[in-house]
Amino acid sequence: MNDIKIVDSTLRDGSHAIRHQFDVKTIRAYATGAEEAGIPILVVGHGNGLGASSLQLGFSKLPDVRMLSIARSVLKRTKLAAFLIPGFGTIKNDLNPAINIGLDTLMVASHCTEANITRQHIEYGVSKNLEVYGVLMMSHMLDAKRLVQQAKLMQSYGASAVILMDSAGAYLPEDVTIKIKLLINELKIDVGFHAHNNLGMTIANSLAAVEAGAKIIDTTSRGLGAGAGNCQLEVIVAVLMRKGYKLDLDLFKLMDNSEKITAKIMKKPQEISAISLTSGLAGVFSGFAPHARMAAKRFGVDARDILVELGRRKIVAGQEDIIVDIAANLKQKKSAIERENPIEALI
Amino acid sequence: MQKRKIKVGIIGTGNIGCDLLVKVQRSRFLECGIFTGQREESSGLKFAKKLGVKTSFSSISEIETNSELCQIVFDATNAKSHAIHAPLLKKLGKFTIDMTPSNIGKMCIPVINMAECLQEFNVNMISCGGQDTTPIACAIMSVHPDTKYIEIVSHIASKSAGIGTRDNIDEYTQTTSDGIKIFTKVPKAKAIIILNPAEPPIMMHNTVFAQIEKPNIKLLKYRIDSVVKDIRKYVLGYRLTLGPIYENGRLTIMNEVEGRGDYLPKYAGNLDIINSAAIEVAEAYARRTLRL
Repeated sequence: MNDIKIVDSTLRDGSHAIRHQFDVKTIRAYATGAEEAGIPILVVGHGNGLGASSLQLGFSKLPDVRMLSIARSVLKRTKLAAFLIPGFGTIKNDLNPAINIGLDTLMVASHCTEANITRQHIEYGVSKNLEVYGVLMMSHMLDAKRLVQQAKLMQSYGASAVILMDSAGAYLPEDVTIKIKLLINELKIDVGFHAHNNLGMTIANSLAAVEAGAKIIDTTSRGLGAGAGNCQLEVIVAVLMRKGYKLDLDLFKLMDNSEKITAKIMKKPQEISAISLTSGLAGVFSGFAPHARMAAKRFGVDARDILVELGRRKIVAGQEDIIVDIAANLKQKKSAIERENPIEALI
Repeated sequence: MQKRKIKVGIIGTGNIGCDLLVKVQRSRFLECGIFTGQREESSGLKFAKKLGVKTSFSSISEIETNSELCQIVFDATNAKSHAIHAPLLKKLGKFTIDMTPSNIGKMCIPVINMAECLQEFNVNMISCGGQDTTPIACAIMSVHPDTKYIEIVSHIASKSAGIGTRDNIDEYTQTTSDGIKIFTKVPKAKAIIILNPAEPPIMMHNTVFAQIEKPNIKLLKYRIDSVVKDIRKYVLGYRLTLGPIYENGRLTIMNEVEGRGDYLPKYAGNLDIINSAAIEVAEAYARRTLRL
């Protein structure tokens, strides 16, 4: 019996770190390791969910159905989950094929103010006997009271839990405590938390969530994820065990998965770069960082300026195409300033 | 100047229905015979009453009972309701313009297949994103028929997406990508829709991506500019904002649509593009009926 349900999103959110290039071997090895460690739920697919493999967000190496079937073939006790953002994946093209493979759990996500776009997919998942969680992304942008209203919509569609996602890595523990506590008081269903490490707070925030009553913690092995990365699975498990929570998980096996599988595919350690830190401070989606870096290089501007502008404009996940637009504008402004104040004139 | 106008009925009193009403009232060829919804107290019905339009809260039953109220019907309800309405309207002999992403009638994009659509009894306006991006996708395919993949991304302001759009987000996404495949014959297409909650609300904008090996940018630009000119005949606020540009095997074109500010403010270009297209079809049908 687990006091806290640990969701393992390594093969979903983790894929941002390797540009969605999980191959057959890695998926099989990791899913096998997760099963052996006793992970209750393993989420698999493109980093932005079913149907999100695209020019907008980057193509994954393998189609979602392929990734899901590889994991399905090795999972027994561990539930197989998929993530879906309405507006990207559809029932016909993406969800039904996943259900046919033998999906157990579906996480339906929307921006924190748009929960009513999750109705169709939550209701559909419930009608197909899936366990369905609602996910509120970029949840730092909304106060606790309004988060409750949005979470209640997901509850009314049949979700059996609501997960607050700190997409920007912008929370501090006290924010987590206030929001999770109010959700738990107001909802009949379980509450969870999904952290990002931009401000180095994933473990502290996940622990704060659990101490406030959250029953689900969403994590990735070695913190694999976009930008500064996610809540590191084996670390939060160790911390929760130390705190006295009962977790039916093999901690050493989780560490082995991290050392022997995840570390091998990582392009670089999951560090907090200047860009990740800036995006945490600006409160923008962590997945924007590589796009901002690329656009900055192309237009010869500072990526941090792009991120601050993204934050100012409240650009949300899925709007990656705006980054180029902003970079082009910054370049125009920059060259206008240079024209008006030529360097020679300043000397 | 001709005096007689063709009567239209509007079912559905949400954002789409109300904006259509304003546009019908401006038309030289159309007048609103009935504006009908389900809830007597809905803000849409109040809005129509204020404009002095005949209203009802018996939804489609009003048109079934009093068939003389309209010759053309705009169905601005939702995909599920349209599945029920479509056969009823066919029986009544109404030329039906379906604003929902039901994908029941013939898919219609005025700059592409208007003439064919006027031969039908039920045409489907696909979605705002579809109206916006499909003509660009067709222009790309006309230059590069071997294009393997086209993807479109539509951003619309949260405030402009009513409950109908939200309850039908799956059909919206599916029908938009199906429409691109049908019109362009591209082997693979994807549509992405993003509701943006930013304040002040963002203008509707769209991106069209295509995977092409050696793009003929000059010819692409010429064809895209020419289709944009055609769209601008009925969607005044439609303009290109970027491209065509080419990087890493990816062709990118962006546009935005400033609305006319009829029912919702100017950011709601998504209402304008689908509704202006629908009015364009209704007016063509009306002109034919009036033998103009």
